[in-house]
Amino acid sequence: MTLKSNAPTGDIEKRWDKHRFDMKLVNPANKRKFDVIVVGTGLAGASAAATMAELGYNIKAFCYQDSPRRAHSIAAQGGINAAKNYQNDGDSVYRLFYDTVKGGDFRSRESNVYRLAQVSVNIIDQAVAQGVPFAREYGGLLANRSFGGAQVSRTFYAKGQTGQQLLLGAYSALSKMIAAGKVEMYTRHEMLELIVEDGRARGIVVRDLNTGKLEAHTADAVCLCTGGYGNVFYLSTNAKGCNVTASWRAHKQGAYFANPCYTQIHPTCIPPSGDYQSKLTLMSESLRNDGRVWVPKDPKDATKDPTSISEKDRDYYLERRYPAFGNLVPRDIASRAAKKACDDGFGVGPMVGGKRTGVYLDFADAIKRESKERILEKYGNLFEMYERITGDDPCETPMRIYPASHYTMGGLWVDYNLMSNVDGLFVLGEANFSDHGANRLGASALMQGLSDGYFVISYSMGNYLARVGKNDIKADSSAAKGAVKAVEKRISDLIEIGQKGSTHPDEFHRKLGTLMYDYCGMSRNADGLKKALEEIPTLREQFWDDVQILGSGTELNMMLEKAGRVADFLELAELMCHDALDRDESCGAHFREEHVREDGEAKRNDEDYTYVAAWEHSGDHANPKLHKESLEFEYVKLSQRSYK
Amino acid sequence: MSDDTIDLKLFVWRQEGPDAPGDFQDYSKYAKGVSTHASFLEMLDLVNERMSADGERPIVFDHDCREGICGCCGAVINGIPHGPQKQTTTCQLHMRQFENGAEIYVEPFRAGAFPIVKDLMVDRSSFDDIIQAGGFISVRTGSAPDANEIPIPKESADASMDAATCIGCGACVAACPNASASLFTAAKLAHLNMLPQGQAERYKRTRLMIQAHDDAGFGGCTNHRECEAACPKGISTDFIARANRDLLVATVTGKDGRLV
Ligand SMILES: Cc1cc2nc3c(=O)[nH]c(=O)nc-3n(C[C@H](O)[C@H](O)[C@H](O)COP(=O)(O)OP(=O)(O)OC[C@H]3O[C@@H](n4cnc5c(N)ncnc54)[C@H](O)[C@@H]3O)c2cc1C
Ligand code: FES
Repeated sequence: MTLKSNAPTGDIEKRWDKHRFDMKLVNPANKRKFDVIVVGTGLAGASAAATMAELGYNIKAFCYQDSPRRAHSIAAQGGINAAKNYQNDGDSVYRLFYDTVKGGDFRSRESNVYRLAQVSVNIIDQAVAQGVPFAREYGGLLANRSFGGAQVSRTFYAKGQTGQQLLLGAYSALSKMIAAGKVEMYTRHEMLELIVEDGRARGIVVRDLNTGKLEAHTADAVCLCTGGYGNVFYLSTNAKGCNVTASWRAHKQGAYFANPCYTQIHPTCIPPSGDYQSKLTLMSESLRNDGRVWVPKDPKDATKDPTSISEKDRDYYLERRYPAFGNLVPRDIASRAAKKACDDGFGVGPMVGGKRTGVYLDFADAIKRESKERILEKYGNLFEMYERITGDDPCETPMRIYPASHYTMGGLWVDYNLMSNVDGLFVLGEANFSDHGANRLGASALMQGLSDGYFVISYSMGNYLARVGKNDIKADSSAAKGAVKAVEKRISDLIEIGQKGSTHPDEFHRKLGTLMYDYCGMSRNADGLKKALEEIPTLREQFWDDVQILGSGTELNMMLEKAGRVADFLELAELMCHDALDRDESCGAHFREEHVREDGEAKRNDEDYTYVAAWEHSGDHANPKLHKESLEFEYVKLSQRSYK
Repeated sequence: MSDDTIDLKLFVWRQEGPDAPGDFQDYSKYAKGVSTHASFLEMLDLVNERMSADGERPIVFDHDCREGICGCCGAVINGIPHGPQKQTTTCQLHMRQFENGAEIYVEPFRAGAFPIVKDLMVDRSSFDDIIQAGGFISVRTGSAPDANEIPIPKESADASMDAATCIGCGACVAACPNASASLFTAAKLAHLNMLPQGQAERYKRTRLMIQAHDDAGFGGCTNHRECEAACPKGISTDFIARANRDLLVATVTGKDGRLV
């Protein structure tokens, strides 16, 4: 199959307008005849469900938490970008577009990124009208800050809880439509299969997590808004329940998985403190505005009280290596530099798994320069959170930070209309691969999720439904019944092995995570990836031989839920390594040690790799098949990033 | 940072389902050598892994973000919703708050309107019902004016944010002797009612949400203020007074859209 992006051509500023005009419409009276399934109620899913319900479609929405408002989007801290240029500091739609393409290291689709920058301004309008209490200046107008290395202030924020407030906004719109009877909401339901017939997505199979009951739901189209797969690394900043299951099931039903190796590791997280560690907590990137990163020059000082280490015995390695950007270099660069320091034996903090994985982020100079009060005003809540978790006060002793898996740029392949290669299967938000290329800029994920959900899907869904018409499949059709049977079988297999097995699903997950951090994490090389490609299948076999699951499939069973998710991560991990191995270049967050510029930075190979790698599943034990969508850069000239 | 570990006397409430009987089980033998740097939920993870190694069904508890923001987690720990540390969710509570040998009783948030699903997990969907009754500003996607069209005094925006910070965990209900959700409802009302955008539906919203609160079976507020003490986000009971004022205006003046 050739991959058609369906992106319009011509003047980039007019592409979205022209495309909107060219798209077919469903007449208002007919909209109520169509049913659409939305899986996930994060920013992407809640906004999509609410907006399509307002238009008149009948929506069924699903999430695994006990309330749609608890989706992982709730945890986003820093902010959301928009090209409003309220600060008059030179921002524009074009500049946001330019920064995003460049930030993604030239591995995204120009048309998509431009549209994202365009609708970013509408998102802020919508959110404010819903009552999102963004930070304001004394004059009552909206405040902005600069974020993640941007040279303009375009980030809107609500304290350190921007994701929470935006999600509550989208959730309130969703709630209104639930009350209006236009959305049927299924909480604590997990999607375990996609129903496909004649190449068209027709519905999903879900498991009621409280009772274990399996149900088939059919519809005219399915939207997956199920978030990212960062938990493949076990320790990550994602919520514990974040998983790849929905996307992976769709992948196995034919949807291509694009750029799975593009994963972002966030530089400022609280390091693991022991083997019991279950997740890592993000400390907002804004801390790097005032904190200075360093490690002791002498590894013997690792356990010394850091405040007693004199200036000359410290290595401020970011300032040393990147004099122009210093502590504010982009995420991927900061992460790799921290890993290098620790790999070279300069890490600080407790030994976990035979290594000290931490570097200092020091506020002493900032406090001296500006006063403790001023620093607490800026970061007080983060300092409190840090102290709650570690027991240390960052005003007295430097913070310890270390990179952690945070965001996944890769995801299911979609065209300009957000539709996958499977007809009628749309993918929104972090679950798709679309707009961030090989690296996402800070405060751009919230923007993309809401752009997809509020402003893009409403058009492309109409266009699709007008083209294909009503779906006549019912929940008792053979395709739906077959899909339910397949899920039943999978669960009974797991339970059968699980009754005899002796290893907790978390133990497999931890092992997989370590493997992925080692071989497919912040930096990768061919040897390591090949090794991972040998070790992952072995681990998977052990899993299917010895995973322990107590209880049955017909009741609330968290071990079973966990095992099912780990099983899918074990398969995804292998695809990630295939992709990372195939992409024999460095770009953005994908750093191949074989491809380094003289100055130590990522070296792209535009001639051979300016493409999206979209992988087709070709059977459980066969190698995946690669399809390429080539990328063209008409507006932003291909150039090497430099932050020196 | 030291590698201290503690042994606990741990008692956890076990209950198969909403209508099944439940009781405390002694899991002290699984709760030895717990690192003081572990979080409360990591302690439960550890206990669960050790229990399943013994073939015992693990304890069911709700959780997701483990960062104190999603509002999934929550248990009554030694009689206090979310445990002894002020303004801290269960997932953010760390074991250094407990002494070696400490006795810890863990049980679910209890309220008629929060039926127990299993063990420590409760059904809080009545909170969603309250929001569906009116916890929104009716604005269709695409119909919004420019975001800077209506300046909002920083004080109003900040006060609204203070209310909006509620994570919907339900600790307020568990803490209240009347099992009232007044703090939750009032915080949600204040978030929208204090903003210019929220004025058009202010009184109607107030009446409908308070009605939904009562219909869900939550009790009334009699000013014990236990909710404020238990709230992990430190939300003030002043918002309850505000909601009551708005309800009074709504009913007396008919500003809630009903003709008097
Ligand atoms: C700690 C943290 C901080 C962040 N800060 C920022 C920031 O400041 N700015 C920014 O732009 N981005 C930030 N991000 C990234 C951003 O929050 C996410 O990319 C974004 O919120 C994802 O939204 P989503 O709607 O795609 O998915 P989510 O919000 O992850 O929602 C996924 C939904 O899918 C459901 N689901 C998943 N699997 C299934 C299944 N199998 N069956 C049924 N339902 C399922 C879930 O229940 C949930 O409702 C941050 C991320 C993290 C982890
Ligand atoms: S798990 Fe999210 S608030 Fe505790």
